[in-house]
Amino acid sequence: MRNTFAKTLYECAVADSSIYIVVADISPAGPMADFQKHAPERFVNVGVAEQVMIGMCAGLALKGCQPFAYTIATFSLYRPFEMVRDDLGYQNLPVTVVGMGAGVIYSTLGGTHHTMEDVAVASAIPNFRVLAPCDPQECVEATRWCAQQKEGPVYLRIGKAGEPNLTAGAEPFVFGKVRYLQRGTDVCILSYGVITAKALEVAEALAAAGKSVSVVSCHTVKPLDRDGIAQALQRHKQVIVIEEHVPEGGLASRVKQIAWDIKSDCDLATFTLKDEFIHNYGSYDDLLAAHGISVPKILAAVA
Amino acid sequence: MNAPVINKRNSLDIAAARERCKRHRKRILEMTQSVSALHVGGAFSSTEIVDCIYYELMRPGSNGAVVGAGAPDTFLMSKGHGYMIQAVVLEDLGILKRSDLAAYCTPAGKLGVHPDYGIPGIEASTGSLGHGLSMALGMAYAEKTKNCGGIVYAVLSDGEVQEGSTWEATMLASSLKVNNLVGFIDNNNMQSLGFTHVTHPSFYPVVEKFEAFGWECVEVDGHDSLAIFNAVTGRRGDRPLMVNCKTTKGRGVSYMENVPMWHYRSPNKAEYEQALREIDGAGK
Repeated sequence: MRNTFAKTLYECAVADSSIYIVVADISPAGPMADFQKHAPERFVNVGVAEQVMIGMCAGLALKGCQPFAYTIATFSLYRPFEMVRDDLGYQNLPVTVVGMGAGVIYSTLGGTHHTMEDVAVASAIPNFRVLAPCDPQECVEATRWCAQQKEGPVYLRIGKAGEPNLTAGAEPFVFGKVRYLQRGTDVCILSYGVITAKALEVAEALAAAGKSVSVVSCHTVKPLDRDGIAQALQRHKQVIVIEEHVPEGGLASRVKQIAWDIKSDCDLATFTLKDEFIHNYGSYDDLLAAHGISVPKILAAVA
Repeated sequence: MNAPVINKRNSLDIAAARERCKRHRKRILEMTQSVSALHVGGAFSSTEIVDCIYYELMRPGSNGAVVGAGAPDTFLMSKGHGYMIQAVVLEDLGILKRSDLAAYCTPAGKLGVHPDYGIPGIEASTGSLGHGLSMALGMAYAEKTKNCGGIVYAVLSDGEVQEGSTWEATMLASSLKVNNLVGFIDNNNMQSLGFTHVTHPSFYPVVEKFEAFGWECVEVDGHDSLAIFNAVTGRRGDRPLMVNCKTTKGRGVSYMENVPMWHYRSPNKAEYEQALREIDGAGK
């Protein structure tokens, strides 16, 4: 997904000379190197210095540029948090903060490299929008949207490498609207980001058991499509949220709020990362399983 | 991209600068009589620096104004708590109205204690320390890479140079050869908890630190408008410049100078009248 992001941003930057990318010591492999070669003055590597990465993006935006700040998610959002809040949020500047490898994708690197609460943190800042595409194709749409919008700051949560495409048969991407990857009538699985692939696996198993299943990419986590979520709750007997994020302040808690507000009577099950730092190592799937998220565990809980 | 960036003007009317600075200080004192929460001390230490930037260094745009659309240069008050001097200068320049300052810190107005982006003449929101130099760097880099030719001036406090973010920006500015960035340290040797030289003896020497980071850096008497002007107009222009301005917090009013409580206190009636007499009498 990161290569898709870089390729898309490069294409946008060729067409729009106001686009700058400010990175913090992250390998400019592939398309990122093309950007650097094509427009070296619009590709800035600040080194290991994330506060100035964000502050500099603010200054660029104050002079009419369209900057992207790019590094591993923990370092793009947490390390320079007050710059993100004050320089970008308070001043409402059109800067995209890209959190690459969010969630527990960096599964062997430990908690310092896991981004388990980024959606809550970014969503809590006024003026911020939060986008989390579920696959490389959706990342193209999300990146293009970020590159042309002038309204304010965005946190763009993306994966790393090797994610499958899930949206070939999906409805069109519309910012601020939930996107059905497939439509069913019994069960609806709501998800966002890379873990949506797991949602499709669950859907496949449920379908094999005779259920008609919807799968929805809630790529715009903020502003969340309240009406779209309400409809999902009203039109299905069971709604399942699968989320690579702690329970507080993510999609699961928002869906529960909406369910309460509309007095929904549907069966609602949520699967999130635990509110714990887990000192486990292994594959991405191993980490998710340690947090209680695996296809068999979800099926055992919802079937 | 790396041609020297030098101001064209080469003279400053020192008598006029002194009169303006008296006027600015008296206007700030006038405001203290209707609002209790003000950073008078820090505004007085920055008075000659801010005055010199706006009146002598920033170049006018096609409409003759140094601020606003078409004006080439940018001012950023990184030490946001020095906002009072910026606000009275912007009023003096006709950018802010007398009614704007009259409604300072009230629900009817739009001016608070710190600069807020969107207010006329305010190019960035500051108040939290250590943000301004990074933003000024981004602005200056945009000016350079878009070939707009603007110079960005930023005023920092000596306290905020302690922020790690300031050093991130310092290192990056010279690495990127951003020679249209001019910083000023209002080095009044005071911060909220005591004297800077006590808290951080390692802060000194200042000039050599910035030079070691690839900046040009000069030290001046920060209450000498001509020295400030000469430091900027006489610079080499091939790298960012930091002017280390030695200043006195509360400068111009004897009982305020270097007295910590005047960071945020307003004078009473008798103190106010004494302050006006001292300012009017200065230089006579």
